[in-house]
Amino acid sequence: MDNVIEVRNLTKRFGSFTAVDAISFEVPKGEIFGFLGANGAGKTTAIRMLCGLSFPTEGSGTVAGFDIMTQGEQIKRHIGYMSQRFSLYGDLTVFENMQLFGGIYGMSEKQIAARAAELLEKVQFSGHRNDLVGSLPLGWKQKLAFLVATVHNPEIVFLDEPTGGVDPITRRQFWTMIREAASSGTTIFVTTHYMDEAGYCNRVSIMMDGRIKALDTPSVLMKEYKAESMNEVFVKLCR
Amino acid sequence: MKCLKFLLRKEIIQFRRNKFLPRLIFAFPILIMLIAPIVANMEVRGVNVAFVDCDHSAISRRVLSHLNASKHFMVKQVTADYLLAYGLLEAGRVDVIVSIPEGFEKSIMGGIVPKIKVDANAINATKGMLGSQYIMMTIASALSEVAAENGLSMSADSDPASVRYFYNETLDYRFYMIPAFIIILIQLVCCFIPALNLVLEKEKGTIEQINVTPVSRLEFTLSKLIPYWIIGLVVLTEGILTVGLVYGLWPVGSTGAIYLAAILFTFAMSGFAVTIANGSDTMQQSIFVLFFFVMIFMLMSGMLTPLGSMPRWAQWITVVFPPRYFIAILRAVYLKGTTVLELGVDYLALAGFAVVFCMVAALTYCKQE
Repeated sequence: MDNVIEVRNLTKRFGSFTAVDAISFEVPKGEIFGFLGANGAGKTTAIRMLCGLSFPTEGSGTVAGFDIMTQGEQIKRHIGYMSQRFSLYGDLTVFENMQLFGGIYGMSEKQIAARAAELLEKVQFSGHRNDLVGSLPLGWKQKLAFLVATVHNPEIVFLDEPTGGVDPITRRQFWTMIREAASSGTTIFVTTHYMDEAGYCNRVSIMMDGRIKALDTPSVLMKEYKAESMNEVFVKLCR
Repeated sequence: MKCLKFLLRKEIIQFRRNKFLPRLIFAFPILIMLIAPIVANMEVRGVNVAFVDCDHSAISRRVLSHLNASKHFMVKQVTADYLLAYGLLEAGRVDVIVSIPEGFEKSIMGGIVPKIKVDANAINATKGMLGSQYIMMTIASALSEVAAENGLSMSADSDPASVRYFYNETLDYRFYMIPAFIIILIQLVCCFIPALNLVLEKEKGTIEQINVTPVSRLEFTLSKLIPYWIIGLVVLTEGILTVGLVYGLWPVGSTGAIYLAAILFTFAMSGFAVTIANGSDTMQQSIFVLFFFVMIFMLMSGMLTPLGSMPRWAQWITVVFPPRYFIAILRAVYLKGTTVLELGVDYLALAGFAVVFCMVAALTYCKQE
């Protein structure tokens, strides 16, 4: 299977502080890869390097076949990104946000209209097409951010703590959307600190203090650490 | 450049949905142009005069009546005692002392104009200087009348000077200041609004969603600049119309020449502002830095005081200030009717700043940290 993400000894330092410390991993095409870790473990810093938002201090790697050190702008043509902090335009409507980002990725007005209708229909949100995004509840904002990140059918979607602050039902719906996207061949790279969400992932890595402490499928990790749940794996790793 | 259409559409929608900005852009220029030229006026009115008459003659009373008739002066004291008048000047109750010497009328009838002493309080330098100049002109006019009535010819060296003021014949300070107010308006709109718009995206985090897309730095920067170029021209139009309709001051020269300079100036200033916004993380930071530069531009570009009155080294510094060239163009075209060709150097300088600042704005916009 082709790897769409490959990194070797990826490191990011801010002065004397090392946020990401020589991490290495591969993600094959179509996989849901969970990037787990506590708050401040370095997940967001790592994802920002993979998306071309931040230059790595050291290391090497490719995303969608492009070098993360030198081809950041090419990487951006092939990925979708959902930030940890809600970052759509609150003073634009649901459709206007989709139109803006679809247009930036080179889609025509017609393509955008068709794709927006398809995505909104899928999540039964067509009636809110012309609602201002700022007026939506948080759960819907997060779902919309995911739809916007996938509006241009990217090869890889990076989701940075997409379910932070949303209720359990919305979280479940959100993971259904993620699995649907993955089933159509999109690779999902998702960070979270909810260990129960690891079960939705094909493979997970657990990051602590900037380093990857464990990386495998959830079932193998639970077996390896003789744990009943991923929560327990995490607690054992913390000790 | 395909993305630019979508980015510009987004900026326009956001501008229209903003409850405050469209109203501000519409009302701000009109209000400023209605109020500022009236209040920020250095025209000298109400100069308090002490008239020391040591001659007590018909001619000295004629001079006094001319002073009384002038809208510029208020004769507070008529006395023959200079010390009394000087006391009033020291106490700040009068601004100027006009002293008519003894034998004044006799000398005039003999065809010689004796020296009239004018003492002015120059703490308010403009009032002192202009006040004494107005007095000299009023006295000269009174004496010409007397000379004409009596068939006298004044000796050549005592003829009152003939002064004619070109381009602003009534010495109306408003005419000098109005181009400066127009520039201040454009500068405020084209500097602060695009810079704050960009920094707001940083503070809200929306810029991160843009930075992770393949949009080019030039396209994103242009999407932040183009709307404010248009708004700058709207502000200019409002300013020109308000000034014309309210004060009757229409450009003597070509309106096209004014708009050409304004386009170059808005390019330069918005590019400069976006460059500062690119280097700022918060609104507070960008406002402070912009305010610093805008203040310097206002004080040192010849808007409020002439460039020629500044020290030589300061004049050299102003070579890199775009408003310096725009104010020169605006005053020349507005008041004198100068053409684009005659002001070629100023236009070229503005064009140079426009290109450089817009390029620097695009280059300093950083998509990857």
